[in-house]
Amino acid sequence: MGFARSHDDEPALLPSVFADWFARRGWTLREHQGALLEQAQRGRSTLLIAPTGAGKTLAGFLPSLVELSENGKRRTNALRRGVHTLYISPLKALAVDVARNVETPIAEMRLPIRIESRTGDTPQSKRQRQKLDPPDLLLTTPEQVSLLIASREAKLLFGDLRRIIIDETHALAPNKRGDLLSLALARLRRLAPEATITGLSATVANPDDLRRWLTGGEMSDLVHIEGGAQPEIIIHDTEERLPWSGHAAKHALPAVYDAIKGHKMTLIFVNTRFLAEFAFQELWRINTDNLPIALHHGSLDVTQRRRVEAAMAAGKLRAVVATSTLDLGIDWGDIDLVVHLGSPKGSSRLLQRIGRANHRMDEPSKAIIVPGSRFERVECEATRAAALAGEQDAEMLRRGALDVLAQHMLGMACAEPFDADSLFDEVTGAAPYSGLARADFDGVLNFAATGGYALRTYERFAKIRRTKEGLWRIANPPTAQRYRMNVGTIVEADMVRIRMMRGGIVAAGTTGRISRGGRVLGEMEEGFVNMLSPGDTFVFGGEILEFHTVDEDGAWCTRSSASDPKVPSYAGARMPFTTGVAARVRTMIADPGSWHVFPEQVREWLEIQRERSVLPGPDELLVETFPRADRFFLTCYPFEGRNAHQTLGMLLTRRMERAKLRPLGFVATDYAVTIWGLGDAAARVRAGTLTIEELFAEDMLGDDLEEWLAESSLMKRNFRDCAIISGLIERNYPGQRKTGRQMTMSSDLIYDVLRRHEPDHVLLRAARADAARGLLDISRLSAMLVRVKGHIVHKPLDRVSPLAVPGILEIGREQVSGEARDSLLIEAEEELAAEAMGKA
Amino acid sequence: MSAAELTIQGEIFAIVHEGALWHERERMLIVADLHFEKGSAFAERGRGLLPPYDTRATLGRLAALIARLEPARMVALGDSFHDRRAGSRIDGADLAQLRDLQRGRDWLWVAGNHDPDAPEGVEGDWLAEYGFGNIVLRHEPSAGAAPGEIAGHLHPVAKIRMRGESVRRRCVASDGLRAVLPAFGTYAGGLNVMDRAFDMLFSRGAMNAWMLGAGRVHRMPENRLIADL
Repeated sequence: MGFARSHDDEPALLPSVFADWFARRGWTLREHQGALLEQAQRGRSTLLIAPTGAGKTLAGFLPSLVELSENGKRRTNALRRGVHTLYISPLKALAVDVARNVETPIAEMRLPIRIESRTGDTPQSKRQRQKLDPPDLLLTTPEQVSLLIASREAKLLFGDLRRIIIDETHALAPNKRGDLLSLALARLRRLAPEATITGLSATVANPDDLRRWLTGGEMSDLVHIEGGAQPEIIIHDTEERLPWSGHAAKHALPAVYDAIKGHKMTLIFVNTRFLAEFAFQELWRINTDNLPIALHHGSLDVTQRRRVEAAMAAGKLRAVVATSTLDLGIDWGDIDLVVHLGSPKGSSRLLQRIGRANHRMDEPSKAIIVPGSRFERVECEATRAAALAGEQDAEMLRRGALDVLAQHMLGMACAEPFDADSLFDEVTGAAPYSGLARADFDGVLNFAATGGYALRTYERFAKIRRTKEGLWRIANPPTAQRYRMNVGTIVEADMVRIRMMRGGIVAAGTTGRISRGGRVLGEMEEGFVNMLSPGDTFVFGGEILEFHTVDEDGAWCTRSSASDPKVPSYAGARMPFTTGVAARVRTMIADPGSWHVFPEQVREWLEIQRERSVLPGPDELLVETFPRADRFFLTCYPFEGRNAHQTLGMLLTRRMERAKLRPLGFVATDYAVTIWGLGDAAARVRAGTLTIEELFAEDMLGDDLEEWLAESSLMKRNFRDCAIISGLIERNYPGQRKTGRQMTMSSDLIYDVLRRHEPDHVLLRAARADAARGLLDISRLSAMLVRVKGHIVHKPLDRVSPLAVPGILEIGREQVSGEARDSLLIEAEEELAAEAMGKA
Repeated sequence: MSAAELTIQGEIFAIVHEGALWHERERMLIVADLHFEKGSAFAERGRGLLPPYDTRATLGRLAALIARLEPARMVALGDSFHDRRAGSRIDGADLAQLRDLQRGRDWLWVAGNHDPDAPEGVEGDWLAEYGFGNIVLRHEPSAGAAPGEIAGHLHPVAKIRMRGESVRRRCVASDGLRAVLPAFGTYAGGLNVMDRAFDMLFSRGAMNAWMLGAGRVHRMPENRLIADL
């Protein structure tokens, strides 16, 4: 690139002090760095798409540094000004690290530029000072931006804003956090119409969506740097027997250990925290060389995580087992191998994770994927092919969530009284809300003000009210305070601290107080701790712990001498595999010509399926029915991911219930739904009293869905999140638990009441919208039902088929759904009765 | 009728699954902690503009129960109203429905800590406590032995574990000497019967919890119950 060297004849993009600095480091200006400088000179907003390792962050900041260095002399005596450049990152650690990295060139070139970060951890005094005396470059998170624009100082702070940089835009935009940030950007555009936005992003399927998201209106410009070298992706094929189901890939861990030994530093990704614990445990079991292998996941105490990151950066580790907590962020050392245990479930995720290795864009990254089961072997092949083709999983651009809008409205009323028409214009200038109907806007405004209930209003208790001039203002300081406490869209599950008891193992039968002040190891979901009985052992932070008791300080544990945990697995949230990978899996299974890439045992598995049953065609839905151990089974293979299958399973069992097929239960995997019951569907089809088509008719998404949704525990969880985000109910903060907690009502009670008395309330609509694209994945299910219409292949069998085996193996591992709680009570009672009658 | 029987000091009560006690001979229905207007109380204190339908929902369930059992006497064991200002917030239609329910039967309001006296506009007698036979009905259970006492106030719930899942429900708690009724109010929360607060009431090990289920109650002995976090 010639930019840095062009000093005499043409106007240089880089002032000499920068050119010299680049030269001293032996660097040349990279293409995209130059492009962003030009874009800045032309005053254009830009989306920069470049692979990891391309120096995106510096490219983002360079125009600001140049501009500020040129203005510097003028500025010294001028009046104090606001922020020049606002940098927004999804991770607070990233904001802090980037600040540190950008400080280096500032210091080395002695630029008169002040750079500061601001996160939830920044001391109150400093945050206060930043408002009155803002730095030139402010590095922060979306939540802090919302807080700042909701403050009275917003105009002062951002009135002179020249540039906004949004890091990891691809990760921020397509969720509720992105909705909130898009609204904040709309406000920033009002405050500083001259400011331009630069989005930094990894490769995405639909760049135009992000370009629109950045600017709200017409698309921003695009600077696209093609990815560096093609990654090298190997799928591990084991000599051992490949399991029929599961994801743990235990069989492959000795091979993974050998790979660690052959590389400088290996990053091992898994999909769940519990797999991380499992893999870490198993690796240390075979770690005869005592290699430094560490563990990193979201439940571990934050200081512990920072220690692991520092050790990585210092090159002191040989391997780290990690979950998505290491997906994003700065470079942690010299990683030369990425291992993925279990399927990555999507091409974008695989590419993102592979990108963690070898942060030099011109050298190929190296990765090994380790399938955990036969289906996963096929899936890994599909994912690899998609990744090598550079195919990205399409994240549909969202319609902005109404609960998020409610939160934003409160914030805007905190900043200064607003006019509804003008705010409506502003809000619809944010891409996710561009299609927002005025009636919905008014509905949300009503909700934010008085709850928006049809029957009675809370006029007297309004949170925002109209002034004489017709502007909306915040009702009182406590309401503003509550808004500030509640900012953000991330709603954590209720967590319990895991604590190590001091003094080790307590003698059996010991009562009385436990010694307090034990070390905090991390946090776990309340739901998991709930399942534990005293004496149970489980793995956490790489150790086997014995659970003793739980109190307001947390769950108290001791180190256990057991070699295997008694409570081994808790799946937690699992990502369903993506539509793109699913389509490739269907195609591969349907085409024996493509099977040569599979190992013998997988080929054989598919061959036998072809002989005994049929192979589902790429656009077909195969439905198998077969008897087994005095039950009748129905297995269908939509390949639409676990969440959509869970919903399908619920709806199908309802339907089969009505058809008197007496279903007893179902399990959903990423590939199939398996239902078992007492009625023989195949016999009914033969007798002509049932068709499989009618079971799968699209109208199951009508009344059946509505009816089920209403009672669904998933729906209640969605509602809780919406209620918290919108400020209807308060958050539970760790530490604040217990005190009066039992007497506080649960959001479920509110949900039930609202559903009965005002089913069209704006919050219920928000919760339903979440359900459609989230855990219930109704949108995907609906697309599937349309796709397979007229293409359902029913295969009655006299025994289980090879493809059906993985689903059958999952039976019994699944837990009872929230809808069957009463049956648990009855069961418990019967157990007691049996005990009393001497049967048990 | 879907009910379990509970005998206290020789008096036989049916535990109805809606969360109330029914005394057949006296044709008396006992409920606790209705907490009318809890939603609007939250709104008034700036704790969230909760759906204002809790009073209506509670009244609806109460009306169904009354229609089924046709009690001659109704006793509400205190905290029937969430606060003293409830009378100024309650919707006219809700108040009218309450008066409707009161008509044609004795209606006794036992005073609670939330409602020491009658909110404005509410009819019926306000009592500190009410006794009949060997039974005394009061809001707050007294510490120490109190044979024959039936109280509310604590909002008991019980939790069991079954097949790795837990079920938590409102319940009637009793050791055969005394009883604590669950809250009937729609927005009322609950306190686990394994909490210390219950130590003073029942000798440990002797208590049963009748957990409210769909259409029936389920009796669980104390050794089957687990505590909350």
